[in-house]
Amino acid sequence: MKQTARRSYALHFAVIAALFLLQYLLPPYHLGTFTRIMVYAVLAIGYNILFGYTGLMSLGHAMFFAAGAYGAGLSVHWLGFGPIAALLAGIASAFVVSVLAGFVVLRVSGVAFLIVTLMLAQAAFLATLYFNTITLGDQGIVLALRPVEIAGSAFALSDPVVKYNVALAAFAPALFFSLWLLRSPFGRILIAVRENEARTRLLGYNTFLYRFWALVISGTMSGLAGALYCLLFGYVGSSFASLQYSTLPLLYTLLGGTGVTLGPFVGTAIMYYLIDISSGFTSSYMIIVGLALLVITLWFPDGLAGQVRRLFKRRAA
Amino acid sequence: MTLLETRGLSRRYGGVTAVNDVSFRLDRGEIRSIIGPNGAGKTTFVSMICGRIMPSAGAVFFEDHDITALSPWKRVMRGIVYTFQITSIYPKLTARENVALAVQRRLISGPRAFLSLSADALDAAIDEALAAVGLERAAERMAGVLPYGHQRLLELAMGLALKPSLLVLDEPTQGLAPGDIAPFCDLIRKTARTSTILFIEHNLKVVLDLADRITVMDHGGILAEGTPAEIERHPSVQQAYLGD
Amino acid sequence: MITAPALLLALMEGAVGAAVLALTALGLSLVFGVMRVINIAHGEFVMLGAIIAWWCSAELLGAHPVLGFLVALVLAPLLVGLVAMAADWLVLRRINYDPERTIVATMGLLYIIQQSVLMLYGPDARPVEPPFYFRVQLPWFGYSGYKLIVIALALALLGATWLILSKSRIGLYMRATRLDSETAQAFGVPVRRIYAIVFALGAMLAAVSGVLIAPMRQAHYLMGTDPLLLSFIVVIVGGLGNLRGTLLAAALIGIGEGMISVLFSPTLAKMIATLLVALVLVVRPGGLVRETAP
Repeated sequence: MKQTARRSYALHFAVIAALFLLQYLLPPYHLGTFTRIMVYAVLAIGYNILFGYTGLMSLGHAMFFAAGAYGAGLSVHWLGFGPIAALLAGIASAFVVSVLAGFVVLRVSGVAFLIVTLMLAQAAFLATLYFNTITLGDQGIVLALRPVEIAGSAFALSDPVVKYNVALAAFAPALFFSLWLLRSPFGRILIAVRENEARTRLLGYNTFLYRFWALVISGTMSGLAGALYCLLFGYVGSSFASLQYSTLPLLYTLLGGTGVTLGPFVGTAIMYYLIDISSGFTSSYMIIVGLALLVITLWFPDGLAGQVRRLFKRRAA
Repeated sequence: MTLLETRGLSRRYGGVTAVNDVSFRLDRGEIRSIIGPNGAGKTTFVSMICGRIMPSAGAVFFEDHDITALSPWKRVMRGIVYTFQITSIYPKLTARENVALAVQRRLISGPRAFLSLSADALDAAIDEALAAVGLERAAERMAGVLPYGHQRLLELAMGLALKPSLLVLDEPTQGLAPGDIAPFCDLIRKTARTSTILFIEHNLKVVLDLADRITVMDHGGILAEGTPAEIERHPSVQQAYLGD
Repeated sequence: MITAPALLLALMEGAVGAAVLALTALGLSLVFGVMRVINIAHGEFVMLGAIIAWWCSAELLGAHPVLGFLVALVLAPLLVGLVAMAADWLVLRRINYDPERTIVATMGLLYIIQQSVLMLYGPDARPVEPPFYFRVQLPWFGYSGYKLIVIALALALLGATWLILSKSRIGLYMRATRLDSETAQAFGVPVRRIYAIVFALGAMLAAVSGVLIAPMRQAHYLMGTDPLLLSFIVVIVGGLGNLRGTLLAAALIGIGEGMISVLFSPTLAKMIATLLVALVLVVRPGGLVRETAP
């Protein structure tokens, strides 16, 4: 493997190792916070594959997040699935929704793409309210979860340490997958589609197909985050399909930097803490999200991790 | 041996006919030039050959197969490669990364190859393509900061990396410095040993120097076809082209 | 069984919705047509209009609905227009109206406006007194006179906007900028100033629609989401930037959505409307209405 690739993988491995060790150092409140951050980071990483790598800005990822969450939650509540089966059900639901969405939304791009994804997610949100005999609408379903059984021992999902490690066990592969994807031939083609679609088509690539698979991978990963969230926090409700879960991954990836694989994680962590802190000051704490979006778009278009990376490159040059 | 053939190829835009019932034949190994005044329909015609534009009527045959309905990316895989009139590359990627995209298209033919493509095979082919156009030293530079002439060469390198049977060039010398034109012609002649070349060109000196045969287009149709010597003497060509 | 009077009632409700929707969607469409940007905070301008209407009728002059309504009709567009101009001057101009950055910036604006209102007025929905309480007696049922006035006012305002666009010099500048901003600039049209004016105009239309809706639904800090989504649907179905298409689509979708809302359920109506967008895109990505001369 090339020098730069080896350094990247080492850096990412170090981050995962640090997160693993962190559980022994963090007080209980922050342990819970980091668990949520890791789950949201999976959502952000998934989002970034479509937004950062392929250049398609969606405002509808809440529908994938919710598809995963409801896939898991409904299978536990109505069908009595165990946690692992429920997780797989969630991933499968998100996969199906992504494929169906792909056939509709990929007919347009740019602004129209943005609006259509927004619309579909909204339709999904309304569907969760309309079919409230199954979904229990915005009240939501509180889940009674069986423990995870691995190699004979049972791990209760209510245990914060178990939650943390489950989240880490999902976050780590998601992170490494995004790194591998970026450097792979497939990832290179996604970037080419983003940079100059006409050229890419005339180099022999069926660009629709690549955008399609980017959407499916992105949606499925976001659905994985949703399924995880549902299983770890024992709840699924209509709010999972609301606009918030579409704007937050956009915010996180912009803040961290779309061109850097660690960007989504950095953005999620910083923003989550910012929201957390400001919620202590005022009940209108979401205003911090608005201010962050303005600040980023005015002065930090590369995101924070992107800025850091540029500084490093300048020093090395 | 016929490599490319069009039969009654037409393209209409509303009331305007850009290409009018063109029947055209290109032999394997030829270097053919298409010339004609602005608005003659040259780029439209050539775009229908490479699949960028779908014809309103007529058919395109490549290696005896009807490719009229074939999508542009599939035509690339069959061996038809096009370089744009206004250079189209990836400005924010390095020259090396630009060529990599072309090389990997040729080396990867199925899903399994995605995972097993060797970095060395990729590098070797990229180096070869860059060296062919003389851009080895610019490999790590961002394509967008290269001088325009070098960007054109880069686009050519990408085309060559695909090892085309038919290389279609749209005004390739436009934007090149005068000193770069002779080496460019040498490059084309060398490429013609393995590929058939079809190029649109306004620089008549280049045309007369390189082309085996010339097709003259005007008002969406073919005005004349023949060797450079024949075309130079052709009365309607003289009138339509050199007259204005 | 759906009776004819019920159908008529649904139709009238739909017409009211369509009239108000036309105002909001026209604002959004104008901004996109001239400036080529999408304002995600557009719904918040509607909300601001409604909040100002509440403030005028309940707080400003001591609970005087008629006067409050009239004052709001003037004050809301003025104030909201100023907010829009400030946003344009402070933010949009600095990012040079770059489409992607504008989306993010206006999203930020959405949160800021929404949460500021929450901070100042709290989370409760505030009812707004309608200025007129008379009922028009039809053979089958009585209908709110206020709602009929809403239709009339909305149509008047649409007409006025159309007049400005087609007859006035500013309107000419707007249309020129819409067609080709570079050429317009070369001909001396003050494009930057036109952008500011158009953005403010879009916001003002939204604000007035908010004032009109307020007595029919309550003023609430989250009420901007519905008009935003409906406007988006209208703008896509009518064709992005196609003004005539926007009005036709507003009529179609407003009446359709209103009728299904009344006859079946509001949630179902919204679901169908949002899925309609998907259908339109499958069949005709450019919108249903063909673009003719502006």
